[in-house]
Amino acid sequence: MEDDSSDRTPGDETPPETRREGSAAGLRTYLTGLALAGTLTAVSFWVAGSSILWQPGVAVGLAVLAITQMGVHLVFFLHITTGPDNTNNVLALAFGILIVGLIVVGSLWIMAHLAANVMPAAGVIILR
Amino acid sequence: MDGVAALAGSASKRIIVGYGFWLFLLSDIVMFSAIFATYSVLAPATAGGPTGAQLFHLNTVAVETACLLLSTFTCGLMQLAINVGDPSRTCRHGALTFLLGAVFLGLEIREFIGMAAEGATPERSAFLSGFYTLVGCHGLHVGIGLFWLAVMMAQVRTKGFSVFVHHRLVCFSLFWHTLDIIWVALFSIVYLMGSR
Repeated sequence: MEDDSSDRTPGDETPPETRREGSAAGLRTYLTGLALAGTLTAVSFWVAGSSILWQPGVAVGLAVLAITQMGVHLVFFLHITTGPDNTNNVLALAFGILIVGLIVVGSLWIMAHLAANVMPAAGVIILR
Repeated sequence: MDGVAALAGSASKRIIVGYGFWLFLLSDIVMFSAIFATYSVLAPATAGGPTGAQLFHLNTVAVETACLLLSTFTCGLMQLAINVGDPSRTCRHGALTFLLGAVFLGLEIREFIGMAAEGATPERSAFLSGFYTLVGCHGLHVGIGLFWLAVMMAQVRTKGFSVFVHHRLVCFSLFWHTLDIIWVALFSIVYLMGSR
């Protein structure tokens, strides 16, 4: 009565039948992920340390590299794909990202406005 | 199309367990994002005390990052060993994962102790409170993960690859990979952006 043909749990690379033999392909996936993530990490450290980027743009550069590496982790280590058997996992992830975006952007926006608009007074925190 | 899907049975326990744990991990990521937002707001408030640029040793951070990334890789290797049902290979790669995670945690604890010795304690400034909370929360997750991994290795030894052990190992893999994803955001935002 159980039907696994249209679903895959996050973390599983292959459908159940082929899982027993997929070792070489699985190893290649993990090695590729390791190489890509390692490269992105090294570039991040280099960008932060050198003056190769325009200084105000370094934060954006680091953010882009971080998001890319998170994507690498999701695809190569957690096997999140866009296939129809992964729809539930992708939808859950998208919702999680939405909530994270709301929390982070909302908090930063509100606190920045508070810092700018609240008059300095005794007991009021000035986050500058 | 729809008719076929409607007639199909429910997914297997393995998929349901994995998906449920994935939902839990996403909620954990939401919790971390709240702590990240708090840290970002408080980061400029150094109250005349030490700043990130003065405190952070990026060489240590680089080693910590390498350890955690390699431990994610060995966790993947462990997953491959579990797929073919090889208990000795599973325990070997599990031990490697544990070792790398323990080195990461040890370096982080050493960093905290060093910072506290220089006077950079959590109560010195809002920036430091945020720093210790965020990095400490991640470190706590790593510590719990290491304990969980040790228990799982013991269960593989005593119970073999029973259904429950399988499901728990699926959950552990997801947990360990997610911790590295959070560390990517952490070292980028806290250490790299904070040391300039």
